[in-house]
Amino acid sequence: MPGLVLGAASAWLTWVLLALGGHLGADPVDTLIDRFGKSTLWLLVATMACTPLQQWLGWTWPARVRRALGLLTFAGATLHIGTYALVDQQLDLGVLLDDVTKRPFITWGFFAFVLIVPLALTSTNGWVKRLGYRVWKRLHRLVYVVVALGVLHFLLRVKKDVTEPLLFGAVFAALLLARVVWALRGD
Amino acid sequence: MADPITPEALFRRRREFLQNAGLLAATAVVTGGSLYAASGGGARRRAETFAGPAPQAPMPTGPDGEQLTSLRDVTSYNNFYEFGLEKEDPAALASRLTLRPWTLSVEGEVNEPRTFNIDALTKAFPLEDRVYRFRCVEAWSMVIPWQGIALRALLDAVKPTSRAKYVVFESVVRPEELPGQKAQLLPWPYVEGLRLDEAMNDLTLLATGLYGKPLEAQNGAPVRLVVPWKYGFKSAKSLVRIRLVEEQPATTWNVVAPTEYGFFANVNPSVDHPRWSQATERRIGEAGRRPTLPFNGYGDQVASLYRGVDLTRFF
Repeated sequence: MPGLVLGAASAWLTWVLLALGGHLGADPVDTLIDRFGKSTLWLLVATMACTPLQQWLGWTWPARVRRALGLLTFAGATLHIGTYALVDQQLDLGVLLDDVTKRPFITWGFFAFVLIVPLALTSTNGWVKRLGYRVWKRLHRLVYVVVALGVLHFLLRVKKDVTEPLLFGAVFAALLLARVVWALRGD
Repeated sequence: MADPITPEALFRRRREFLQNAGLLAATAVVTGGSLYAASGGGARRRAETFAGPAPQAPMPTGPDGEQLTSLRDVTSYNNFYEFGLEKEDPAALASRLTLRPWTLSVEGEVNEPRTFNIDALTKAFPLEDRVYRFRCVEAWSMVIPWQGIALRALLDAVKPTSRAKYVVFESVVRPEELPGQKAQLLPWPYVEGLRLDEAMNDLTLLATGLYGKPLEAQNGAPVRLVVPWKYGFKSAKSLVRIRLVEEQPATTWNVVAPTEYGFFANVNPSVDHPRWSQATERRIGEAGRRPTLPFNGYGDQVASLYRGVDLTRFF
């Protein structure tokens, strides 16, 4: 678990240092936003893969890293939206409001971020107890909405080639399907 | 930081410098006037710094002046879907495009159609140096020192007929050399178009070089269009054919996504792209954003072309 956090954090830190050193191409801010965004989607895939791996293959370790992966997803999303809002748009609230209200891809991305915040906040054992497991679980099903919004956000963003967002969409669909099939089999 | 660049600065060769120095200085004073007054800055005769050999690295152009974008960034960060979708693809794959022999034909509604060998083209017309802002529709921008010939000189030479109303620019088609064409990323050839009066404007350039060197393939070698008051996708690269026609042509991005990319595509901070604002831009090599200028700062030279045109509708 510490290895996962260390790995993700050092990749992100490396990108920031590369950007500051002028080694992340001609438009480092754009590249950073892009990389933070894509790493968030990858972490979300990893998070969503934990349960099917456990169910279908009987592995136990994915369940133990699931929380860390979920929190790293939140961290990646924060870096993504933070770089956009603070570094790119320099916290110009008028522009940010305009973007969120007028540009669908930003609207959906923003909602995805808003929905992931309560999931991160209630990720502790304390909150599972406070809410009760059933309520907590129902709350955390919001992640499926986050997945859909995240893919939509990516899909509407690309200029021409939708291959990559569709691939993410297909992987998420497969992970959802695995859950549905498992549930239908009756545990 | 409004408008320190001399918008129509024509940076000619040294031997022509003296006769042009007065004009350049006057242009600089006129365009920089308001800024000069506001900032209380020093003399702004940056045109002089370009009379010598072209520099290799970004250099200051004045106390508040816009810097040239570095040669490295200009030649490594490109949208040229013939090579691929990523900004790095064109530079990485540039060597695949065979640049000689190369001909450019000028045909259609003209009285004297001609086909130019590319090396003859630059000898047939005077080569000029021009430093232009380059504003991509994706909201990033550069400042690039081009060399090339005025498109007007070429069009005058072929004598357009009275029916010529538009000019069509066609890029090269070679799927065997251009992976993006093999992958059918866009309908090929890449086609762009201008109204004849836009094509005849003094600013419109057929570029054959930048930073004093022949164009590299990733920048549209051996010859490309440069229309500095329009979004970059209008400035079609690696041209093989220029056609004068009567009707407005179907142009590539306008056909692919008509709600996002208009035929005119004039740089306009007050008309947003559906997916992002065009009010500001990231200048490559700079931190933060700068305001985008109407007509990319070239309104004095081109705004009159669009008198009475609703630029919100005809974006």
